[in-house]
Amino acid sequence: MINLIWLMMILIGFVFAAVNGKIEVVTQAAFDGAATGVTVCFGLISVLVFWMGMMKMAEDAGLLGRIAKLLGPVVGFLFPDVPKNHPAMGYILSNMSANLLGLGNAATPMGIKAMQQLQELNPDKQTASPAMCTLLALNTASITIIPTTLIAIRLNYHSANATEIVGTTLMATIIATLAAIMADRWYRNRTLRRSPRISKSGNPGMKG
Amino acid sequence: MLTFINWISVWAIPVIIAFVPLYAFTKKVPVYESFVDGAKDGFSTAISIIPHLVGMMVAISVFRASGALDFVIQFFTPLVSWMGVPGEVLPLGILRPLTGTGSLAFTTDLIKTYGPDSMIGRMASTIQGSTDTTLYVLTVYFGAVGIRNGRYALKVGLFSDVVGFIAALAICLIVFG
Repeated sequence: MINLIWLMMILIGFVFAAVNGKIEVVTQAAFDGAATGVTVCFGLISVLVFWMGMMKMAEDAGLLGRIAKLLGPVVGFLFPDVPKNHPAMGYILSNMSANLLGLGNAATPMGIKAMQQLQELNPDKQTASPAMCTLLALNTASITIIPTTLIAIRLNYHSANATEIVGTTLMATIIATLAAIMADRWYRNRTLRRSPRISKSGNPGMKG
Repeated sequence: MLTFINWISVWAIPVIIAFVPLYAFTKKVPVYESFVDGAKDGFSTAISIIPHLVGMMVAISVFRASGALDFVIQFFTPLVSWMGVPGEVLPLGILRPLTGTGSLAFTTDLIKTYGPDSMIGRMASTIQGSTDTTLYVLTVYFGAVGIRNGRYALKVGLFSDVVGFIAALAICLIVFG
């Protein structure tokens, strides 16, 4: 599915630019996009280096293990394939907590660390495991209690009540997250039914 | 309420930065060495994301700059207007999963034009705050570990975006309507 979306965005863009008689826009946009991609990754370097150092300390001190033991039962049902005391569980929980608190630049490194831990449990290194898909679903829906950026923007434009959207945002994010969890479950069960052995399930029909 | 929220967002990271090393120290972890050991993976991880993000950003950039995105938005806008939903917020539903900076800029513009306390301003704030940029999250998270086949993850992400978008509109109509 990702292959098709990617190809369509480029091809449709090409056709529109050609029809509108401004084909040179495609060249400019392609290199601008490439530059943005690199800039974003460079911005991630400092954040990733810093938080991965912090998380390593937390792991060495057994802090992640304790968090996993404490809160693991709460979210354990979402990740049935991850062993209870595996460090991945600690990273998953820190990623979820950072999302909840709206700490965007801490949430990404923790999520990436969690992915790396899940990759160690993954039998097929090129295909996402069900646990990885669940973690991704939680992050795309992103459960946020406090949308700090938006409150700041609203204050900036003299809102009479900048925080009135906290309640509506929370409700919408909970519904989106529940939808993600349910869809993830549905697809996971369907995949498992079609091919009982996880390592064999990388057939083309499953690509997405 | 607002002071409490500000208080949390100001204190959370400093507290983590002080607490984690202190806790590790009491557990006899060589804190500095442990930090450096973990941190050295950060660079290679960031670099490994580059090809994935460049590929995705090129496609999105071409799609936007060619005017194709504007066409899609114009095509869909009349479809929702009849439900009492202002057509102005619809582009957000399409922009939100594709580009985080793009949709934030659009939201800011709506708030600036119509005011933060208008229905459009409230809806835009709710939509922007309630979900994350699916394509970016997928690219970065799977890119960092070299996953090529994301299976059903993209479908799940986009499905929850649609549900979240509709929920945000409905909730705003009920609460502020």
